[in-house]
Amino acid sequence: MHSVETRLKELMLASLAGDARSYAILLNDVAKHLRLYFLRRLAESHKSDADDLVQDTLMALHTRLATYETDRPFTAWLHAIARYKLIDHFRRNKIRATVPLDDADDLIPVDYSDPATDRMDVESLLQSVPEKSRDLIYRTKIEGQSIAEVATSTGLSESAVKVGIHRGIKAIAAKLKGRAHDNG
Amino acid sequence: MTTDDLIARLAGDLKPVSRTAVAKRIAIGLGVSFVASWLLMVWWLGMRPDLMEASATMPFWGKLAYTLLLAVIGAWAIKRIAYPAGSIFINLILMTVALFAFGILAAGIFAMAPPEDHYALLTGKSLAVCTFNIVVLSMPLLIGAFWVLRGLAPTRLTLAGTVAGLASGAIGSLIYSFHCTESAIPFIAIWYTLGVLVPGLIGAITGRFALRW
Repeated sequence: MHSVETRLKELMLASLAGDARSYAILLNDVAKHLRLYFLRRLAESHKSDADDLVQDTLMALHTRLATYETDRPFTAWLHAIARYKLIDHFRRNKIRATVPLDDADDLIPVDYSDPATDRMDVESLLQSVPEKSRDLIYRTKIEGQSIAEVATSTGLSESAVKVGIHRGIKAIAAKLKGRAHDNG
Repeated sequence: MTTDDLIARLAGDLKPVSRTAVAKRIAIGLGVSFVASWLLMVWWLGMRPDLMEASATMPFWGKLAYTLLLAVIGAWAIKRIAYPAGSIFINLILMTVALFAFGILAAGIFAMAPPEDHYALLTGKSLAVCTFNIVVLSMPLLIGAFWVLRGLAPTRLTLAGTVAGLASGAIGSLIYSFHCTESAIPFIAIWYTLGVLVPGLIGAITGRFALRW
């Protein structure tokens, strides 16, 4: 699997050799990760500091490229710098951190999610769908059978299959929406 | 300025990064401040007049070896702590071992000497000034070490300050040993070592503020 680490590290190595285009791509990616990282750790009242922190961190990274050791993971180096900048921000503003600072995973959240957990998410969502629809969705969307195939093997009409799938997906959508409401 | 503008500007400013850039910065910072501290010693205290004769004696080389060893471990520690999340565990262990080894040697010499010499072994002729002079001589080095670290990326500032102080103290006492005429190992073990530890303390206290980046 082409992980975020491999990708960023390749870009970093090219940047260290002086390739400005790789460097711009790298900084763009890094800026996105940093933004999420800081947003997640700043209190509601300080969210507006995230962009300043991102720029500050990018500048620090730029002037300290030499402190990246090429035999070590890029994301760990980046995380150490981001974490330092965040703590420095807290100190300067006398903010007491109440969010855990130490999860390196959080900087690159996608990196560590593997297909297995994605599948578990799908599975758990499907559990909330009525059994008939669930089976239809499973056959068409996951196993990849065509509507016609499913219709023949279940003895339903093609339109009944379509309606069943549609209902199921609506149920999933409703469930996801509900989740979003819970979190917000 | 938007983040996109900043990125464009930084990308335009990119220069290839040499793999030895960190080592070079350390060499420049410590090298320049070494010269400054050396000149300060020559101008303020003066070289010991008996340098030629002394260089044929054991205590001179013992002093030199002890301070040089601590200086090398310290400079290496500065390099290690200069990286984000850098660890200097091994350097602190080595330094402690060196301090204890020299301390044990000094205790042995002290124990074997006739009791009437004991007082002289500890206080020598320069007790009142030795540690103080070393601390003064290490100040240019401490500034140099701070300059080195501020351009790099230490993420634990108190620890980085301590390391910078210990290294400056060690290099400072190395320089001081070219002025100092003391030859008793127990004297060195106490007052030189203190001359290494006090700058370490100064670095520990000031590092948090002086090393921010």
